[in-house]
Amino acid sequence: MKLKRGYFEDIRIFRNRASRFWTFLFILVLALLPFFIKAYYLSVINLMALNVIVALGLNVLVGNTGQISLGHAGFVAIGAYSGALLMQLGLPFVPALLLAALLTALIGAFLGIPSLRLEGPYLSIVTLGFGLAVMVIIGRMDVFGGRTGMSVPKLKLGWTGLPYDTALYYVFTITTVVLVIITIILLKSRIGRAFQAIRDSDIAASVIGINVSHYKTFSFAISAFYAGIAGCLWGLYLQFVTPGTFSFMMSIIFLATIVLGGLGSVTGSVLGAIVMTYLGLQLENIVGVPVLGDVIVAFSDSLMNTSGIANIKWVLTGLILIGVILFEPMGLNGLWLRVKRYWRLWPF
Amino acid sequence: MSLFSLNHISKSFGGVQALSDLSFELEEGEIFSVIGPNGAGKSTIFNCISGLYTPDEGSIQLAEKEITGWAPHRIARAGIARTFQNLELFRYLTAVDNLLLGRHIHMQASLLRILAMPFRRSRAAREEIAHRHKVEEIIEFLELEAYRDRPVFALPYGIQKLLELGRALALEPKILLLDEPAAGLNNEERQDMIFWIKDIRDQLGVTVIVIEHNMELVKDISDRVLALNFGRMIATGQVLEVLEHEEVRKAYLGEIPETT
Repeated sequence: MKLKRGYFEDIRIFRNRASRFWTFLFILVLALLPFFIKAYYLSVINLMALNVIVALGLNVLVGNTGQISLGHAGFVAIGAYSGALLMQLGLPFVPALLLAALLTALIGAFLGIPSLRLEGPYLSIVTLGFGLAVMVIIGRMDVFGGRTGMSVPKLKLGWTGLPYDTALYYVFTITTVVLVIITIILLKSRIGRAFQAIRDSDIAASVIGINVSHYKTFSFAISAFYAGIAGCLWGLYLQFVTPGTFSFMMSIIFLATIVLGGLGSVTGSVLGAIVMTYLGLQLENIVGVPVLGDVIVAFSDSLMNTSGIANIKWVLTGLILIGVILFEPMGLNGLWLRVKRYWRLWPF
Repeated sequence: MSLFSLNHISKSFGGVQALSDLSFELEEGEIFSVIGPNGAGKSTIFNCISGLYTPDEGSIQLAEKEITGWAPHRIARAGIARTFQNLELFRYLTAVDNLLLGRHIHMQASLLRILAMPFRRSRAAREEIAHRHKVEEIIEFLELEAYRDRPVFALPYGIQKLLELGRALALEPKILLLDEPAAGLNNEERQDMIFWIKDIRDQLGVTVIVIEHNMELVKDISDRVLALNFGRMIATGQVLEVLEHEEVRKAYLGEIPETT
């Protein structure tokens, strides 16, 4: 048992030496990883990083501020397209990334304005409409290549001499680690507290002097900022973007990610995004499992399939989510906390 | 000039006249009670003062400043804090976080400064720590030490009641509005509450308006009382005068029929 000796201990990032040690070890492993694993796995990790970034931002909005967004793919699309356009115009990568993210944040703030008057189901309809509208509008703009999409300029690696995948890996992981740290700080600060106050009781928040409309809008903007960054990087990852990439289904998966991970928790966002990305890539393989695979295929074909296209992945994702909500409402974060508590007392 | 005044306030909801032509003034350091049967419009007064409702007519003044129609967060910054009849705490946050939220209006760190918070010497970290000390004073004042890091939903009702009072105090208000502070408390807790409300006035110099049904508490703490029925003032003045007032008795007990 360790006693606190000062209030600074409440706000610093690492709770103790052990957690600092493990974090630095983890970052070291991340840094050396490209030299030990195959390019395919590197690209899987890249995709995970993109999902982590979106999940972090969405969780601030949904888990911490208590608002909802069914249109986050729209923000990712805006980030991807504006980033691609800015880079095509010759802007270097970093300014293009920041500018694209700021633009997305601005649009997020605008979308936050209806949230001042709408709640729950009504707000979800507005954001749903937003996500769909973005796809359609982008599909009609020639500067973005219409429905056929546009290609995204490659990163100029210059002096580094790294293979392209490895370079992307470093850009993605560094961005992700920085954003994770920023999110942790933000949530410990007066701003993060104000978000959570609005989630728990917006009346009480307003009578203790929190400008509720200001903070709700701000939360939308921050959430969109993260999605914008992820979008810009997504463009680099795919090298070619079409409006269809950022579908409604993508928004739903983002939401499912933070529910799976645990609402209102940074650890949850990270774990949820990693697991969800992995499931997204691997779930189809369950078809090959002897008896279980056949049962699931039969179930999907007879009851769930309306379009004739195999949807085993979605059926299983749905089942997993129902399982999470039933058995571990705090998501993977809840599981993680319990495992930690267990080991703290081990071996007694 | 008085610290606070309510001038000819009226408020109706559809056909229901919740408040009509209500006026009163408060002197600094006074404990002022509002009594009346259920539905008399007591909580509506608080909602008008704290900005959750905008009165249909009349004006509200704090230290000679007109605050009628201001948004709730501006009124809080101007120096009016309140508690609620049915507790409005931030249920999933800890007691300390709830109290720190009470300090929100006194904290200034901007987003950019907050990003430097992990550094001990950063301005945001120093601000956070300074306010944490303030919160500790409130914890000590209300004897909440044992509950610091517990989430609010896990706390007993009496403690939640106290915590809400603490959160309002954290704002360092000029005027404190307490909506039924003793409701749901047992005898001992009620005695403590009386003691604390007096302390808040005596030690912190806060002016207090209390809505309360418990007459023991009202008699014990009030400097002046206002009795309300159907949105109208029926009596105001010293505690005993008001409680003895015929209309007040009628409002509470109903018309007493002649015994045959």
